[in-house]
Amino acid sequence: MNKIIEKVNLSERVIKMVLEAPIIAQKRKAGQFIVLKINEKGERIPLTIVDSDAQKGTITIIFQIVGKTTAQLDGLKIGDSLQDVLGPLGNPTEIENYGRVVCIGGGVGIGVIYPLAVALKKAGNRVVSILGSRTKDLLILEKEMRENSNSMIITTDDGSYGVHGFVSSVFQVGMIDQGLKVDRVYAIGPVPMMKAVCDITKPHGIKTIVSLNSIMVDATGMCGACRVSVAGKTKFACVDGPEFDGHEVDFKLLADRLRMYCDQEREAYEKHKCGCDGN
Amino acid sequence: MKNISVAAMETKETKEKKEKVPRQKMPEQDPKKRIINFEEVPLGYSEATVIIEAKRCIQCKKPGCIGGCPVDVKIPEFIKDISEGRFIEAAWKLKETNGLPAVCGRVCPQEDQCEKECILGKKGEPVAIGRLERFAADYERTAGKISIPPSVKSNGKKVAIAGAGPAGLTIAGDLVKLGYDVTIYEALHKAGGVLVYGIPEFRLPKAIVEAEVEYLKKLGVKIETNFVIGRTKTIDELFAEGFNAVFIGVGAGAPVFMNIPGENLNGIYSANEYLTRSNLMKAYLFPEYDTPIIRGKKVAVIGGGNVAMDSVRTALRLGAERAMIIYRRTEVEMPARKEEVHHAQEEGVEFLMLHNPVEYIGNETGWVTGMKCIKMELGEPDTSGRRSPMPIKDSEFVIDVDTVIVAVGTMANPIVPATTSNLETNKRGYIVTKDESGITSREGIYAGGDIVTGSATVILAMGAGRKAANAIHEYLSKNN
Repeated sequence: MNKIIEKVNLSERVIKMVLEAPIIAQKRKAGQFIVLKINEKGERIPLTIVDSDAQKGTITIIFQIVGKTTAQLDGLKIGDSLQDVLGPLGNPTEIENYGRVVCIGGGVGIGVIYPLAVALKKAGNRVVSILGSRTKDLLILEKEMRENSNSMIITTDDGSYGVHGFVSSVFQVGMIDQGLKVDRVYAIGPVPMMKAVCDITKPHGIKTIVSLNSIMVDATGMCGACRVSVAGKTKFACVDGPEFDGHEVDFKLLADRLRMYCDQEREAYEKHKCGCDGN
Repeated sequence: MKNISVAAMETKETKEKKEKVPRQKMPEQDPKKRIINFEEVPLGYSEATVIIEAKRCIQCKKPGCIGGCPVDVKIPEFIKDISEGRFIEAAWKLKETNGLPAVCGRVCPQEDQCEKECILGKKGEPVAIGRLERFAADYERTAGKISIPPSVKSNGKKVAIAGAGPAGLTIAGDLVKLGYDVTIYEALHKAGGVLVYGIPEFRLPKAIVEAEVEYLKKLGVKIETNFVIGRTKTIDELFAEGFNAVFIGVGAGAPVFMNIPGENLNGIYSANEYLTRSNLMKAYLFPEYDTPIIRGKKVAVIGGGNVAMDSVRTALRLGAERAMIIYRRTEVEMPARKEEVHHAQEEGVEFLMLHNPVEYIGNETGWVTGMKCIKMELGEPDTSGRRSPMPIKDSEFVIDVDTVIVAVGTMANPIVPATTSNLETNKRGYIVTKDESGITSREGIYAGGDIVTGSATVILAMGAGRKAANAIHEYLSKNN
């Protein structure tokens, strides 16, 4: 059982939660994740560890309400407990001083890239952050990212804040086209965004790391639900990843596999919203 | 003289009578009814039948059956208890050497073990030892008469166990009874390993596993779920925290795929994933339970082992109109238990023998729609003595499928070996042990079950747990 210590709405549909998880708080490194299960009937879902406090024994997660499980999670209050939390899982990010690194985060992916930016900055990198969201109200962690970046650009799809446009086009126009030296790129967000960034960096040979949010069940290498194709080989995002060389990832397969349970997810969410599922 | 000859005649008569009593059948759910539910298929003996069956045992002076059992269950003794109506005593006798009798009575391959050695089997049918075991264990549990042995004085030594499957549960029970402070660390949210994620409800009801786990807890075993050894904590950290020995029983949990084109299409599962969704996560009860599963109409299961049978029978229960076993050899070579194959056949599973998939075909949205198979023929025997299957040239054809379950085996999960320094593994990633005692290349670390042998059976893993318990006890008795 893991108690909820803090719960904050970062936007209407994006929530930050601080959980009691003392061992995970001590062990976790940037890039790792947990699997949680709310109650006896719940499903197991992976979520990135955004932050931790080893002394208080807490970890921070951020999630967007997209279906039944995340809606149920949002329904919990401070003091409530989650039945199961497992972690830290996945390989930590390889942190070195690469020089100038660009952290590109889209939507709730900003929550995933935040711990990387913190670790990269700490390791002495010049961190340039490019953050994007659909609209101003959905932008998360602006202040925290700014504190851990040497420079930062914000984009919104509707132009309600920052530059009007996509993170990939800002990266192209603002950095690549101007010939700025980029040593490494981290791109985390929706699949089309990650693919667009990789398409830009590949011809320039700029190493680009993506973090893949595949569907997982056990998340310890046992089931293979999270399999992805990297350089033509099948890999498990849970134990071989979650980070991979973006130039080698088959994004079409990733997108297809993420839609595998669309119908069931919609059914469960609809039943939940009308209260027909008893939860 | 007269008396003696009468006695001899009487003995002869009773013997003949005994041989005439056939092996008692166990009632089962009707195949038509059972394929639409997940309830257990065999229903167990009645009290009357169990006594008839137990009386078939001739109580050999030198019983072969015990030698056929990896955990040396005192078979004739528990059967004698049953034959005289002492059901609870029979259960206690079983538990002296077997911590999981209700499980073993259901999933052990008795036909290759105890029952294979039964003298009655030489001329007729062996005593149904497994069914008797199942009856006694169920009787104890349902009568609510589970006896907890008096707690043993602690010897102050701590043993950690990685993995709450058959090996880990067995060694935990053995060591706690010897006075050790035992903690099992389990990666999943429920203890039981393959008994909860792999074997379906219709073959092993989960309430039985839960009862066995609760029994261990009452003995004093501590179980920490949601704890991956190698991630949450490493084995070296456990030693630093004061554990005196560690047993690794994490199983061979990583699925094997065939690496053929299209294998990552939607609708294609590893058996591990399919069964974990259905069994551990109870996806067959979706949407009451939150984990979804694809309810395929045309389902192909690749493989011929027990896991393949469990998968194909699960698919039927999830509504498959056509459920197929695709196996590259023939029924004779299939590693699955005959009973499981028979159950699958009764339920309407199609068996496509001497077939092998070579490619999966998908639609534009990434879903599998067809499976290209090649026909096979058996060639010369290979090193294992089995005739190896050879593809027949130009025999490919396509079968329509919407769901495929790949059940061609498992391999070692690398997390524990990769995070434990100086732990020797073989080239396939399994942990190397000195002998059956489970001694590894690191002092104080023992291993057993599938992580040492590769995929095997529940009872062999339990046997490995038993032997490692003895080895750890010996080691910790020497080293204070």
